[in-house]
Amino acid sequence: MIYRGNAFKYGRDINTDDIIAAKYLVSWDKTELGRNCMETIDADFVKNVKPGDIIVAAENFGCGSSREHAPMAIEGAGVSVVIAKSFARIFYRNSLNTGLPLLESAEAVDGISAGDTIEVDTDSGAITNVTTGKTWQAKPYPPFMQDLIKAGGLINYIKTKREGL
Amino acid sequence: MGQTITEKILAAHAGQQIVRPNDLLEIDVDIVLSNDVTAPIAITEFRKVGVKNVFDKDKVVMVADHYVPGKDVKSAEQAKFMREFAEAQELTNYFDVGCGGVEHALLPEQGLVKPGDAIIGADSHTCTYGALGAFATGMGSTDIAAAMATGKIWVKIPASLKFVYKGQPGRWVYGKDLMLAAIGRVGVDGALYKAMEFTGDTIDQLSVDQRLSMTNMAIEAGAKNGIMAPNQATLDYVRSRTDAPFTVYASDSDAAYEEVFEFDAAQIEPLVAFPHLPSNIRPISQVGTVPINQVVIGSCTNGRLEDMRIAAEVLSGHQAAKNVRLIVIPATQEVYRAAMREGLFDIFLDANAAVSTPTCGPCLGGHMGVLAAGERAVATTNRNFIGRMGHKESEVYLTNPAVAAASAVLGRIGGPDEL
Repeated sequence: MIYRGNAFKYGRDINTDDIIAAKYLVSWDKTELGRNCMETIDADFVKNVKPGDIIVAAENFGCGSSREHAPMAIEGAGVSVVIAKSFARIFYRNSLNTGLPLLESAEAVDGISAGDTIEVDTDSGAITNVTTGKTWQAKPYPPFMQDLIKAGGLINYIKTKREGL
Repeated sequence: MGQTITEKILAAHAGQQIVRPNDLLEIDVDIVLSNDVTAPIAITEFRKVGVKNVFDKDKVVMVADHYVPGKDVKSAEQAKFMREFAEAQELTNYFDVGCGGVEHALLPEQGLVKPGDAIIGADSHTCTYGALGAFATGMGSTDIAAAMATGKIWVKIPASLKFVYKGQPGRWVYGKDLMLAAIGRVGVDGALYKAMEFTGDTIDQLSVDQRLSMTNMAIEAGAKNGIMAPNQATLDYVRSRTDAPFTVYASDSDAAYEEVFEFDAAQIEPLVAFPHLPSNIRPISQVGTVPINQVVIGSCTNGRLEDMRIAAEVLSGHQAAKNVRLIVIPATQEVYRAAMREGLFDIFLDANAAVSTPTCGPCLGGHMGVLAAGERAVATTNRNFIGRMGHKESEVYLTNPAVAAASAVLGRIGGPDEL
């Protein structure tokens, strides 16, 4: 899939309470969660984000809680992809399981400024900064993850496996 | 080359003899846990798999603890959604208000965690159970849904980091401080994707409650799991709570570690994690004057009986400062009753503390002690992120229960020696 949008840039250790505060964990509707995404650290985020936009962050994005509401809120806000220098472990699994594409590239993060227009090919991992013309290649997903993504997520993957038995 | 305790447990659950870091394996799980916040999504995903029943009604555990007793209509609906599923599936280990408490204090108490087990839970602090010599890690609701259906989950074998503690901790220094020292040393992503293994004579002599408070915070360094080989106190504890057989694993002397960190426990002071990261630690002697509005003693980190006793020892004969709200939350019904019988509640009440029924409540800014703008809390909990306990302009300082109790009396952050 190819996504194109503007970059919202954040620093390191953006935690799941930043992404969706615990007081909103009384819903598991993506759109409803999306309305309060990033509230504690960027109150203007939901006002400014447009469908397809891209979050760009430094190390350890998504650290903290195991709440799957975090990738759901990001998707619900309309964000297409998150690019970071590194991701926290549970958030990484949750994002793939809920269908939010993540790309890891320290160089791309350093080469993108807030507001730049970014194009991302999640199949190849190619990242283009349309504003500056620079391009990068994200780390590919591990092969097992690629199987999961191809199967349409974990639930479909185990469904297919069960039906094959 | 030998194997670590983490590698051995995962190998045994994958039907392998030897596993190495980065191997990707499907393992059988002994317990699949979720709570009133994460279970609703897990149940919704579970229903998409197309199986009627969970793989084992004894091994799928659900605990109502985050927003209970129901804090509002929406949270009550979530708890109801989980309750109805647990009833329909006839789950043996479903714990509701009045029968349970904070999940990571509760499961060991109930004898549901044994050395050598592999446990996954839809709560990041599932890593707590590593203190009993189990492999335990937090996952999201969809992973938990898959495991509820199949009893299996895929894992990447983590590389291990070894944390060696030697010597006798000083007065008012506990497992919480030993752990904050480790998180301060490596940072909040210093153990990302890795196993944190705790060893050394300090750890061997540590009580079960203090061991649990350490592994509880492995996730705060980004770790997949925190783990300790069971000591005698741990084996006695487990045997007093379950008749089920279990296997005790320990790391081989030639097991491979990516890095080794050493600590002299005698040199560690009571520590305070300043806002807004658990790694942002300062020794109590270097805190300065930090006035506070609230103290919370409880949670899956420090809401166990020993924590209650430590807090009571410090509070005995004192009262909370006029401008401080002191909230004490025994983590489970068992801790609650024991603290009551020991007379600790009298000490808490004499200190003008509010003693709450077990709940995660204020730890995640849910209820029972949410902070207003500009307020500061000292808490024995595990996270001090921006807005964690309420308003985004409020602050949380993490400490052990002795420092929290002393701070309540002082009206500012300080240690028991100042009383």
